[in-house]
Amino acid sequence: MLNIRIRPKELKDAHWYSWVMRILFGGSITVLAGVIAKYYGPTVGGLFLAFPAILPASMTLIERHEKAKKRRVGLDGRREAHAVASVDAAGASIGALGLAAFGFVVWRYLRGGPTWEVLTLATLAWGVTALLGWLVRKRAIKMRIVKRAW
Amino acid sequence: MEWVIRFAVGGLVVAGFSAIGDMVKPKSFAGLFGGAPSVALATLVLTVNKHGPTYVQMEARSMIAGAVAFFAYAFVVSWLMMRNRLETYVVTSVTMVVWFGVAFGLWAAWLR
Repeated sequence: MLNIRIRPKELKDAHWYSWVMRILFGGSITVLAGVIAKYYGPTVGGLFLAFPAILPASMTLIERHEKAKKRRVGLDGRREAHAVASVDAAGASIGALGLAAFGFVVWRYLRGGPTWEVLTLATLAWGVTALLGWLVRKRAIKMRIVKRAW
Repeated sequence: MEWVIRFAVGGLVVAGFSAIGDMVKPKSFAGLFGGAPSVALATLVLTVNKHGPTYVQMEARSMIAGAVAFFAYAFVVSWLMMRNRLETYVVTSVTMVVWFGVAFGLWAAWLR
């Protein structure tokens, strides 16, 4: 039903510069969130804990990778690359719902419990919300296809 | 030194979640990791030690507004990518205005 697969060998396809880019983007936005919180307070700084820092870079890399793959077999690949990048963004939008669940758990429960336990619980809330959102979306797409076929 | 640690922890956590996203299939599931709490985890662990739980709770409440803005941003990006031939970097850059608009709109209405 879930049809989720883990393929560690996919990591070999990633170029070294994509890792450098991810570390630079991730490190920069973490520092930026801290600087903004320092000068404008935690309510403004907190917004940037959910800033889509890595999504544009990862989508650009996915698009480039897909185009290169299609061009190797003599196709243009623009349309397919766009579609794959679009699917990635759709997944990220569901991940963002999980991010809201993460924030909610930390906001409501941090004072009551040890930091590590609350952060673990919040990460679980992110995972469960994202997984449920993904399943609901998958089912909705399937229903739409069945309806169209009728 | 604090900022160097912040940079290193943030970079590594973001790269870690990205690596998981690269390894899993299908693509729509891998996309979930684009919305992972990587920056939040890196920041909150360091912040709670320095400023205490009340400060972090305020950040987390704002993070909910940021996440709603992220949802709107990613939704618009996905929609535009499916219907246009524009380059990815153009779509993802121009639509940043959606994130800023929704995030600061919610901040002004709910958090200020």
